[in-house]
Amino acid sequence: MTNYNSANIKTIEFDALIIGGGGSGMRTSLELAKSGLKTAVVSKVFPTRSHTVSAQGGITCAIQSADPNDDWRWHMYDTVKGADFIGDQDAIEYLCSEGPKAVFELEHMGLPFSRFDNGRIYQRPFGGQSKDFGKGGQAARTCAAADRTGHALLHTLYQNNIKEGTNFLNEWFAVDIVKNDKNEVAGVIAFSIEYGEVAYLKAQSTVMATGGAGRIYASTTNALINTGDGLAMALRAGFPAQDMEMWQFHPTGIYGAGSLVTEGCRGEGGYLINKDGERFMERYAPNVKDLAGRDVVARSMVLEILEGRGCGENQDHIFLKLDHLGADVLNAKLPGICELSRTFAHVDPIFEPIPVVPTCHYMMGGTPTNINGQAFNRVDEIDSIVPGLFAAGEAACVSVHGANRLGGNSLLDLVVFGRATGMFIQEEIKSGGGVKSAGLDDIDAALERLNKLNESNSGYDTADVKKQLQECMQNYFGVFRRGEFMQKGLNELKEISDKVSNLHLKDKSNAFNTSRVEAIELQNLFEVAEATAIAAYSRNESRGAHARDDYPERDDENWLCHSLYDPQSKSISKRDVNFSPSEVEAFPPIVRTY
Amino acid sequence: MAKDILEINMYRYNPEQDKFPYIKNYSIEKPAKDIMVLDLLHLLKEQDESISYRRSCREGVCGSDGMNINGKNGLACITPISSILKNNKIELRPLPGLPVIRDLVVDMTEFYAQYEKIKPFLQNNTTAPEQERLQSPADRDKLDGLYECILCACCSTSCPSFWWNPDKFLGPAALLQAYRFLADTRDLKTNERLDELSDPFSVYRCHGIMNCVSSCPKGLNPNKAIGKIKTMLLRDKKEIITSDGVMN
Repeated sequence: MTNYNSANIKTIEFDALIIGGGGSGMRTSLELAKSGLKTAVVSKVFPTRSHTVSAQGGITCAIQSADPNDDWRWHMYDTVKGADFIGDQDAIEYLCSEGPKAVFELEHMGLPFSRFDNGRIYQRPFGGQSKDFGKGGQAARTCAAADRTGHALLHTLYQNNIKEGTNFLNEWFAVDIVKNDKNEVAGVIAFSIEYGEVAYLKAQSTVMATGGAGRIYASTTNALINTGDGLAMALRAGFPAQDMEMWQFHPTGIYGAGSLVTEGCRGEGGYLINKDGERFMERYAPNVKDLAGRDVVARSMVLEILEGRGCGENQDHIFLKLDHLGADVLNAKLPGICELSRTFAHVDPIFEPIPVVPTCHYMMGGTPTNINGQAFNRVDEIDSIVPGLFAAGEAACVSVHGANRLGGNSLLDLVVFGRATGMFIQEEIKSGGGVKSAGLDDIDAALERLNKLNESNSGYDTADVKKQLQECMQNYFGVFRRGEFMQKGLNELKEISDKVSNLHLKDKSNAFNTSRVEAIELQNLFEVAEATAIAAYSRNESRGAHARDDYPERDDENWLCHSLYDPQSKSISKRDVNFSPSEVEAFPPIVRTY
Repeated sequence: MAKDILEINMYRYNPEQDKFPYIKNYSIEKPAKDIMVLDLLHLLKEQDESISYRRSCREGVCGSDGMNINGKNGLACITPISSILKNNKIELRPLPGLPVIRDLVVDMTEFYAQYEKIKPFLQNNTTAPEQERLQSPADRDKLDGLYECILCACCSTSCPSFWWNPDKFLGPAALLQAYRFLADTRDLKTNERLDELSDPFSVYRCHGIMNCVSSCPKGLNPNKAIGKIKTMLLRDKKEIITSDGVMN
């Protein structure tokens, strides 16, 4: 096996490099392709295989279609409240106010949105949505293409990238960041999955658009490819991660299979029942019932199961009832869900309820960035931009989702901040701001991990260690968390850490070697899992998706802040939440009820 | 009582080691519950790390794991083994008609090239309104059964016409998308699109064999879309006859 070094690998130079071909990556690249800069998207799968394709229900945005009086400020209020007040209000303001422009652009690009009779884009109600700052009742703000909005969005973006002539390095896998001696980011080491060729992809700007890492848990709605590659690369390069304890458990993953059943089902009038047939959300969220925040619904479901009111032989799941909506509504509005239920739950929702259970769905945390997508480090308690490094979408923590993301806000996040990142990079490169080239030693350093894996003659099996990691995270860092259990989990992670750094790659071949990819992905998962565990253990309160048995209350005095994980010291520090939007008054923390 | 054993015959080829592809036989205890072919592949890969296949969403929406399962193209992740089992035997091969990179992974360059050829993006040069372009629900309904394509290539690689002329015949997947844009009331390049499809190969090599329809894992009907394109091409010609008095 070749030992790779700066002398025997090729360098390919770009202005901007986007790692990841999902929604945020392709929205960034679309902006850059139009600019004439030399850019490339590096994607480990053909772009339309990215996880954005699985998004179902829609993209939430105040486009004033369902309600001509809708207001982006109401959307902002909902998002701030949904985030349990640790979302940055400057970023949320940008998301909600720029949103309509970004959504209309998608429509102009050809996205086949569903329509109302007047020809405007169809919008459906989703959880946590209100009119008039929570005082005007349920809003319908989620723009949809049936229940395949992610698929429609991802394909539309890919199609428009073809139109603009974007360069794609498809089935190339990025391994590690190359830093120069000033601790700036100067590209990545990557290899072609198809041929095994290793190269240094040099760039002035490197955007991590690698999505989430739901595969740290045993049960997840996430695709098999969601292994947090970009975030892990940033962590290994010494850059921090923010709010890593905040993982969303979606109320309705199909029991046993994990596949997502959109919140749009409840938006269209479906509801959850326990084994007695009781619509139990009436007890937990008397006002909005099944359309409370996802964290609230997921916890209520777990409590029903723990208290013996779960459904099925083992009383370990909940039913989602849809049959009362009738075949016409289900076929027109939720055709994909009907298909998924038949395939994975062996249930036809037109006649029977779907067995569901809260399932890991979304990483609210990530690489901390500002509104321009620029990643930052923390130096002497001050945010300090990392030249050359950007992040967008689920991989980033900008932070618009805080402690709990609202349904439909992830697709909006992708397009709004993908677009913003692309626009900023154009300006920056054109105005000459650049990163110093990396030295040969820097390139060699970034090749170390790949070389070690390639040279392994003994060690641990990837599939075994991955199972251990996923079970550890599922058992100790799930919907409910407790200090003593998390301590156990942290101890287990120490053992797993040793195994992860000593994996045995038996297959050393170059052509489409998926074992090599999976081994590196496992190492990436571990980085993310470790950050999650340490952050979860540190936050001694319950807020949003982070629910502690031993600290059941929200503690604004001590924890109305972001957690910042430093991968070098493996410790947590606190960072202030932004309460300074530019156009509207900040929303102060209130008790969060639905 | 002896346990049920599944016998899997898998197409194997690693260009660095093998002069020729071969079929390798695997045996595995039949799982107690019905699993998908993709789950079966995961179990086999735990036994033999060198097996290579693509996968991503594992729920039938990303189109990564199209392959030939007991002689029929389909997605491994939504094909339950109970639906294809014959005498506890399963044969897994790569999608036919495309070059094999390794094992069950095919080179899809040609397939994607045909997709790009039909200009798979909305073309409308009028100034965009500040809001969305309006479209009635009835007009939007025309896109149903078209836009849902996941580019898995199960259809095109089951089509004999595509096997013979993969460079000239666009194949069912690309044609389904060609019609998706012809049918979109927001797209204004209908005539240009039809012009580019009017040669003897692009569309007309479809002979209605219908393998595309029976192999589409999303239940789409490329054959119907191709029929509509042919109708549009004919109507286009008729218009030329009536306006100029001659056929071009």
